[in-house]
Amino acid sequence: MRWLRERLVLILGLLVLVYTFVPIFVVVGMSFNNPGGRNVYQFGSFTLDNWKDPCGPDDLCSTLLTSIQISLLATLVATVLGTLAAFALVRHDFAGRSASNLLIFLPMAAPEIVLGSSLLALFVASGFAGQLGFWTILIAHVMFCLSFVVVTVRARLAGMDDDLEQAAMDLYATPVQTFRRVTFPLVLPGILGAALLSFSLSFDDFIVTNLNSGNTTTFPMYVYGQERVGVPMQVNVVGTLMFVVSIAIVLGMELRNRRRVAA
Amino acid sequence: MSQLAEDAPSSEPAEAPTAAASDPSYDGLRLQRLTKSFGSGFTAVDALDLDVPRGSFFALLGPSGCGKTTTLRMVAGLETPTSGSITLSGQDITFAKPYRRPVNTVFQSYALFPHLDIYENVAFGLRRRRAKEVKAKVEAMLDLVELTSQARKKPAQLSGGQQQRVALARALINEPEVLLLDEPLGALDLKLRRAMQIEIKRIQTEVRQTFIHVTHDQEEAMTMADTVAVMNAGVIEQMGAPAELYENPRSTFVANFLGQSNLISGTVVSRSSDVTTVDMHGIQVSVPSGRTHVDGDRGWVGIRPEKVLIGEEGAELDAPGNTIPGGVISDVSFVGVSTQYLVRMPWGQELQVFSQNTGRTRMFRTGERVELSWRPEYAFLLDQAQDASAGAQRDGQ
Repeated sequence: MRWLRERLVLILGLLVLVYTFVPIFVVVGMSFNNPGGRNVYQFGSFTLDNWKDPCGPDDLCSTLLTSIQISLLATLVATVLGTLAAFALVRHDFAGRSASNLLIFLPMAAPEIVLGSSLLALFVASGFAGQLGFWTILIAHVMFCLSFVVVTVRARLAGMDDDLEQAAMDLYATPVQTFRRVTFPLVLPGILGAALLSFSLSFDDFIVTNLNSGNTTTFPMYVYGQERVGVPMQVNVVGTLMFVVSIAIVLGMELRNRRRVAA
Repeated sequence: MSQLAEDAPSSEPAEAPTAAASDPSYDGLRLQRLTKSFGSGFTAVDALDLDVPRGSFFALLGPSGCGKTTTLRMVAGLETPTSGSITLSGQDITFAKPYRRPVNTVFQSYALFPHLDIYENVAFGLRRRRAKEVKAKVEAMLDLVELTSQARKKPAQLSGGQQQRVALARALINEPEVLLLDEPLGALDLKLRRAMQIEIKRIQTEVRQTFIHVTHDQEEAMTMADTVAVMNAGVIEQMGAPAELYENPRSTFVANFLGQSNLISGTVVSRSSDVTTVDMHGIQVSVPSGRTHVDGDRGWVGIRPEKVLIGEEGAELDAPGNTIPGGVISDVSFVGVSTQYLVRMPWGQELQVFSQNTGRTRMFRTGERVELSWRPEYAFLLDQAQDASAGAQRDGQ
């Protein structure tokens, strides 16, 4: 009994981890699945075929490419705009600052289905009904990523001592040099975090995308469409790769931070 | 930006033109009618005039909120003056950008760059100015502050005292004409603070640059600086060498803020060329003219507690001139090197007396009747229009 009491927190923690990771392990396992029969959701036998030919199923890789293009572009645009907005909100006092600070939260708080449908209404009403596709998806993704970037970068900036920038100016750094040598390196971890968040938000968005996609198909839409006939096993390969890449990025950043502290 | 500086006098005709035409031959730092008001209507610095000679160790001393840090920030260029001018070696730098003035600051928070190592922190100013021999200079500077072995560490890995030295090195390496120190020792514990005071003083003697040190610690200002300016409510109350300020304060604020003073109400009876005679509750005392800082009749006779001699009634005290009988000891506290007495005088006021434990006089007990006396040349006379408790430190300080 006492043994259990002392380790309760640890055990609960492990259970939570298992709960979080089981779906991911299923994806990894299924990427080596050869279902054989009709039911693709059961493990048939082990195979490397899925890994040897990830682009096998029609449209899988083309939709994946579309998704990656949209996500990268949306991340770039949202990160640049959001970072600039965060600087404005933290560093400059302008009329409507507190209102902006509040409004920036709205896209995060509003249900996606509402955002998606209202955006569709906007596109159609302004005569873009025929042009729905890559660019409208991109606009929609930039819109919802923006709030996350602003909030993340703003938190980082607000936690920064302005004495540091004053010290840089005092030590002969022009405003441009101060930004480059002091402000930017210090805010960079926040910006990178925001970019990662944007990428994953954009990459797996389904609801808003589906409403504004026209004839374009993104990877999540492709998977959703295939689900009715049986998801190809290669989707699990893509899922595993995405997981490995994101783990690698997170580990890389963590190692960099540790080295920075230890150096 | 230099345009702004040229335009400023013409756009503000209220500025005294004679004051603005400063003497270009003055090689120190000169503040003229320097004023800083904030949007809320609060005036932090009020028409401040100040000359800081080149190479001096100058302390701006005052309680928090007296405007000393604002003054410093205006000299650094981190705050724009509302009016007035700042000239350095005859050059107007009132509106010059902080990165264009030969002035460096040691910040109270140190403000070390957390993403750069100690070496790069110290090299920062040199690199921005594309100076030559960065390596040799940084190494020499790290050697001066004894941090050579820490060069590749990050600021967060250093102790408070070491960080303080990095902040000092980072500013000093640029050989600024004026080094500004904003309460640089405030975050250190007492022992380290004493060590750093000596260290900074040593470095200043070595580099011979102008140091302006802002502090609220009177002891720190007096130990380190060769000139102290006592600042209160945006203006300078008095300026001079530490001993001069302490011995001959001109206002009740200075008398109380620098050490402690007994201030006794009195009326001027007569004035001669070398001495002022004051009636102090029926007792006539004299104060040298050079220490008389009152034009009217009513004044505060001031005397430092350690200058007051205490003795039994009728005893011969070595202080011819001012003797005040009728005191009763109301409190005795023995502090080792001295004994501190509180003596209730016939007019009800309690005076402080610090008596050195030389062993020549015995200790008095509470309730004993005593006589106080002091040499007239130690007394000073202040204006009674001033608050007798202005600048007094909190109990126990």
